[in-house]
Amino acid sequence: MINDASGATPRTFIVHVEDHPGVLNRVVSLFRRRACNIDSLAVGKSEQPGVSRITLVVRADPGAAARLVLHLYKIVDVLQVADVTAAKAVIRELVFVKVSAAMRGDLLQLCNVFRARVVDLCPASVTVEATGAQDKMDGLIEALRPFGILELVRTGAVAMTRGSQPASASALSVSASAEIDPPAYDHSSIQDEV
Amino acid sequence: MSLLAELEVTAKETRRRPTAVPVRRTGAQLLWEALVREGVTVVFGYPGGAIMPAYDAMPAYPIEHVLVRHEQGAAHMADGYARASGKVGVAIATSGPGATNLVTGIATAMLDSSPMVCITGQVSSTVLGTDAFQEVDTTGITLPITKHNYLVTRAADIPAVLREAFHVARSGRPGPVLVDITKDAQQATVDAPEPREPRQSRAPAARAGEAELDRAAALIDAAERPLIFAGHGIIKSEGTALLIEFAERTGIPVSQTLLGLGGFPATHPLSLGMMGMHGEAWVNNAIQGADLLVALGMRFDDRVTGKLDTYARGAKKIHAEIDASEIGKNVPVDVGLLGDVRETLQALMPRVKRRGRPAWLKHLAGLRGDTSVRDIVTLPHGEKLHAAHVIHDLWRLTRGEARVVTDVGQHQMWEAQYYKHDHPRKLITSGGLGTMGFALPAAIGAAKAFPDEQIWVVVGDGGFQMTACELATCAQEGVKINVAVINNGYLGMVRQWQELFYGGRYVATPLKSPDFVKLAEAHGLTGLRVERRDQVEAAFARAVADPGTVVIDFRVEQEDSVYPIVAPNADLRDMIRRPSPLVETSDDQ
Repeated sequence: MINDASGATPRTFIVHVEDHPGVLNRVVSLFRRRACNIDSLAVGKSEQPGVSRITLVVRADPGAAARLVLHLYKIVDVLQVADVTAAKAVIRELVFVKVSAAMRGDLLQLCNVFRARVVDLCPASVTVEATGAQDKMDGLIEALRPFGILELVRTGAVAMTRGSQPASASALSVSASAEIDPPAYDHSSIQDEV
Repeated sequence: MSLLAELEVTAKETRRRPTAVPVRRTGAQLLWEALVREGVTVVFGYPGGAIMPAYDAMPAYPIEHVLVRHEQGAAHMADGYARASGKVGVAIATSGPGATNLVTGIATAMLDSSPMVCITGQVSSTVLGTDAFQEVDTTGITLPITKHNYLVTRAADIPAVLREAFHVARSGRPGPVLVDITKDAQQATVDAPEPREPRQSRAPAARAGEAELDRAAALIDAAERPLIFAGHGIIKSEGTALLIEFAERTGIPVSQTLLGLGGFPATHPLSLGMMGMHGEAWVNNAIQGADLLVALGMRFDDRVTGKLDTYARGAKKIHAEIDASEIGKNVPVDVGLLGDVRETLQALMPRVKRRGRPAWLKHLAGLRGDTSVRDIVTLPHGEKLHAAHVIHDLWRLTRGEARVVTDVGQHQMWEAQYYKHDHPRKLITSGGLGTMGFALPAAIGAAKAFPDEQIWVVVGDGGFQMTACELATCAQEGVKINVAVINNGYLGMVRQWQELFYGGRYVATPLKSPDFVKLAEAHGLTGLRVERRDQVEAAFARAVADPGTVVIDFRVEQEDSVYPIVAPNADLRDMIRRPSPLVETSDDQ
């Protein structure tokens, strides 16, 4: 169901996880075993010490996406999951494109249209940097293709919901009570429910 | 002063004084102390280089160790112990091959939600990732078949990791957890830390809301042809008594999944029997004609549903389940009730009306009609021995009170059909993974949980040989179990599929086995052979009277098949039935 391509559209998830070795592997494995290809993945620190923030884009229909959220919550190291596909959110990625240096005038015009910047210029090539929504970046890359793309790198999308409430507010308040040099499992001190 | 006494004194002093005096412990000692703290009394294991520090420290602690013959056996024993007792089972192995040999047993526990903690030794942290001797990526290998796993490289982390491992194993939907401890972490001496409380699941609250409960109750009250499905969750949540009350209050008959057998008494008037691929014909027909399914603690496995497109199309579905990701996974539901099944039943009980459903029950009784004449159990005495005879007689002679541990295949389905389980946890079987070789070691685990109980293994000649080495464990540990080998000289279930779906080409299924009687005797155990039905009863009596483990080699009809059978991905109504009544019936109940 999850890898069924029909009706599958790109969905963007924000996943907060504990920041220690192997956690990314657990998250990614969940998609791997369901033969679900990850369109993009961006990982880094969050505003909370000891908490990493993952922005993940996969193709899935809404039902499968809801199920993926439930599966993600079964990972012990996962703190919070949000599917922000339909939410009011800023979703952007950073792209570098290195193209051959011929037709520089046309290239600079194109960069203006896409609000891209030239970050490196040498006799044989020009490197362009751009930030934007993933479909905009797809458009830029297609427009640059005739110039001869020598090299391309994309960071993958990062996302943040609009408004003052952080996506992480409620779920993360009890974690991150880590002491000095916290071991992998070391976290909250809530009462055992067993 | 013994280590434990010392620990107790220290603990008392700690409570008395404002600041704790640290106690020096090795990682290995911290491991055993943690296990004692969790209430562990027995572990199943096999030593080796990377776990030797732990073994060296073991004798100082009040924990029994069962030496297995293969680590797969250790995992199945821990699993069998857990399924029988409801407590967390513990298996111990060394690094490398020790850990990889656990894998089948861990996956078995994962698929059947069995609470288990596996401790594995790992090479020292200084050589991790260098392909050191007996090094494998144990946490990597077991990541998808555990609820969670840990790589521990520091002795001081051991108490908290073990505390959390046990919590994760038994909380929510239970499952196996693996703790991989490097050799240097076992050897290091540190100030013993107090274990911190484990992290809690961040998943949304697992409790059904008032609105859902009201909707479910309204559907139940309004249904004319409802069925209750009792899954494994009824047993895991200890919900049997409530389910009986609920079924009697609502007048709804109950069908069981394979792992739900015993969760509702088979001899209760409202019990229908097993559903699915080898379920009772009347049950499958009833499902396809039902107007409401109340599924309790199950996951609508493909062996239960057959073809999903045509499954119970006329029925509304209420699905009570502790794992949110299971609700609506295979079968769309009208009402999902998230949470512990027993608690859900408790909340539902006062909302449903007390009523009877005589017309529906009369219809179901009619559906049962044609099955009895097709039943091989009604064959007369003295004729060829059928597996169903053996199981039926086992049920009769143990009055349905034995704990039966089955392997996987034809005999497993016959056991499910003919041994009428009236009590939860009295059937232990590998359902989800379908692991051949499960039965003998799982029964040893069950025997360690209930040493005074009558425990029977029902196993095929194929599966028995996968883990028959554990007979030596029975002999060495003085474990008393009774092993009924249903020996038909074939890998029977595969042979049956070859007969039905592969043009009768018996490829790689005829099985030449050793003499199981001599095999038992070679282990210093008793072996018996039974070839006729009139020998069955005496053999059972001899086995039960024997103080040690007994193996009975039942030479049964070679090419018998399990009926009914729903072909894979076929409509549930589309059952292949036993071709015709074999002979005139004679009731020997």
